[in-house]
Order: sequence, then C-alpha cells, then structure tokens
Amino acid sequence: MESTVLWSETVPGGATWSHVLKRGTALRIVDLEGGANVAAYFLNFELTAERFNLPDTLKAQHTARLAKGHVLYSDMGRILCSITEDTVGWHDPLCGLSNNALVEKKYGKATYQQSRNERHQNARDGFLVELGKYGLGPRDLHATVNFFSKVTVDEAGDLHYKPNNSLPESYVELRAEMNVLVLLNTCQHPLAPDNEYAPRPVELSISKVSPVRTNDPCRTLCRENTRGFLLTELFFL
Amino acid sequence: MATSILQSSQLLPEDALHSFVVEAGDPFLFEIGKGQVVRIVDLEGNQAVDTLFYNAHDYMDRYSAQDTIREQGNVFLTTGTRLISTTGNVLLTITADTCGRHDTLGGACATESNMVRYDLSKGHMHACRQSFMKGIQQWGRGLEKRDITSNINFFMNVPITPEGGLTFEDGVSDAGKYVELRAEMDVLVVISNCPQLNNPCNGYNPTPVQILIWDTNVQ
Repeated sequence: MESTVLWSETVPGGATWSHVLKRGTALRIVDLEGGANVAAYFLNFELTAERFNLPDTLKAQHTARLAKGHVLYSDMGRILCSITEDTVGWHDPLCGLSNNALVEKKYGKATYQQSRNERHQNARDGFLVELGKYGLGPRDLHATVNFFSKVTVDEAGDLHYKPNNSLPESYVELRAEMNVLVLLNTCQHPLAPDNEYAPRPVELSISKVSPVRTNDPCRTLCRENTRGFLLTELFFL
Repeated sequence: MATSILQSSQLLPEDALHSFVVEAGDPFLFEIGKGQVVRIVDLEGNQAVDTLFYNAHDYMDRYSAQDTIREQGNVFLTTGTRLISTTGNVLLTITADTCGRHDTLGGACATESNMVRYDLSKGHMHACRQSFMKGIQQWGRGLEKRDITSNINFFMNVPITPEGGLTFEDGVSDAGKYVELRAEMDVLVVISNCPQLNNPCNGYNPTPVQILIWDTNVQ
C-alpha cells in the first residue's frame, strides 16, 4: 500500500496524546521496547456525542479480542477506525483504564513534587484532562481499548493477563474512516503484574493512505462490516 | 470467583414496598435509597433486561462495566458481584441470583447497530437505546445521550471463548428466575426491557418483567 508519512513523534511512557485523525489518514503505533500498553478512546470529532462503542464493536464482529481486520464502531452504526496493520495479533478490549487508586495501590505514591517527570500517572486522569481541552468530560468517556495487551477469558469467565504479548518493534495501524478524535495514553495495563511503575514509550506516525477499496480486508471481514462501511460513506455524502 | 453462584432470597413479594411490571419495549427509571433492595424477575423466561445504574446525587458517577469485571477478575455477573462506578464506588451488590449468569459486555441494541448487524432495512425496528433515550428524556434532570453507557444485560448469556471469540447463546434463564441487588448508596436505576426480535436474547419473544423493591432498613 502506497503511503506518505506526514508526521511522527515519540510518546514517553505514562503520557497522554490526542489528535483529530482525518479520514484518509492512518496512525501507526510502534511498541519500541516491547511490553507497551496503549489505552485508546475515539470520538467522531464532528459530533462528539457519537463515540467508540465497545459492545457494538465486539458483537458486530463476533469477537472478544481486537486484531488486524477488525474495525472500531461508533454507537451510531458507523466505523471510526479500521485496524489495517497489526503484528501483535491480540489487543485487549475488556479491562479498561488504570486510575489513581489502582496505580497508588500497585506502585505506591509518587507526586510531582517528589518525582517530577517520573511522577505516577494513570490513564483515566490523563484522558479526563485531555477530554477537557475539547470541552468534553467524564460523561463522554466510555469503554476503552488497551492496544498491545492480551487478557484471555477462561470457561469460568475468569480473566488472565498474558505477559510478553507484544515484542519490540511490533506495531498496529489504525486507518481513520471518519474524522476521529483519538486519545492515547501509555500507562501500564491495569492487570500487568509489574513490580514497579515503568510505562513504556511508543512511536507514532501519521500517513496519508489510499481510499478504501471494495475488497478491503476490514470491509469484507464480515457482512456486518460491509454494512458499517456503507453507513459511514453515507455520513460523508 | 466462580462463574455462577445460585442464591435464593428470603424476601417475600408481599412485603415489598413497590411492585411494577415493565413491558417489553418500555423504559423504566426509578431511584432507590442506600440499603434498599431491588429484585428483577424474568416472568416468562429468557428476557434480556438492559440496565444502567447511576449515583443518584451525581449522574457523572455511574456504572462501569470494565471497572466491574476487572475488579472482580471475571466477566460474568452473579451473586456477590459488586457493581463498580467510574469513580470506584460500589453502587450495588448482587445479593441473590436464581438465574446464575448475567452479561455486561453485550451492550444494548440500537436502531443503528441493528442496521449493521442484521440489514440496513432493520433501522426502523424498536431497540433498547431508543428506550434509554426516551426514558432519560422523560426523567430529565440533565441526562443526555452522552450519559448512556455500557450496560448490564440481566438474564443474558454471552459466552467468551479462550481464543477470544464471542457468541450469543440461548438463554439460561427461565420463567420466575430473578436477580436481586442491594443498593450500597442512593442509586438511579435505568431499565430498558429489551424489544429485540433479530437474535435469541429474548428467545425471539420479548416478554414483561417485574420489579420489586424492599426497604430492609425498616424492621
């Protein structure tokens, strides 16, 4: 696939990043060191009441994990992003965000005064502050995805975090199908059995991509996705 | 924690403070106080009851499906499950469950998702998120679409495979089965009795449910 890199930057561990990813561009996220966790949330920037809906995403594609070929649905039957490239094979849609109480309990307290740039941050607070910059807030924050992390569910319904899911230099690419407000946070996964606060950095790049073809793998993954793409195209007519 | 803990309740319907019947396709909103108990009864069997809970004094503090499943380390809701809010409060505890398994990943149906899941022509069929919207508009007090979040589906069976697959199975619920919850703080309860006809979540036959409320603070 032909593409031109328009922007790239490194996001350190524990940080929050946001951008309105335009239809016709894709965001590649590279796990530089291996073992990164990237919490992610998405909204339709043109109508922020429309946002990523996790149950619709899982049901339409009959999946409880996310990988190449899957798309991320909004609550309005439209597709926000497609997972067009993915060397990891499993991203976690179940476990949600780390929060202040959880991080303090796991890793102890480390304030700005004490630790400056190494202070303990958490994904929920990161997202709330970032959403605030767009006039949004806690009412707009719903279920999220953790890229690069894997948590399986056994027959009894118990959750099992799987370490070493993501190797160094592994990546995932999200193609925007709408003009999507993307929020990312690089704090550790809430279930990661790490002994210390040590979130990993990622490298981001934004590229221009070709229009979606009729035989696009995400579009043809299932009939549901074909309808989802049609409804997305309708939005832009 | 075990996947399914069957537990009956000692509370008697004749002692209930309130009793309501909610028909399929209708919303139902009410507040219960800390210490009160609410029972949802699947009157005719295999009926999905889409439910949301909010801190009655701060609707921004509301039921969080991801926090609830992560904190208990299990995706299914049953006796003993603590329903956790976005700020980490315990909203309610499930104190009795004669069905054994309830879902919180399957979400609520919508006219828009019905078009994706079934056919573009299905957009005019009724759906839970239509009921949620109507319910919160009638309730008022500032609730908007942005407040409608990932819900619980009482009596619904949505198994997840170890390989990361997800299916809708025939229900495990039966006529007369119920789930009972104790409010650990003042809570707004928002219910949509699911009208879905396109998949087996209601056994292709949406039916009424009963809501009973007891005040166990009063002896």
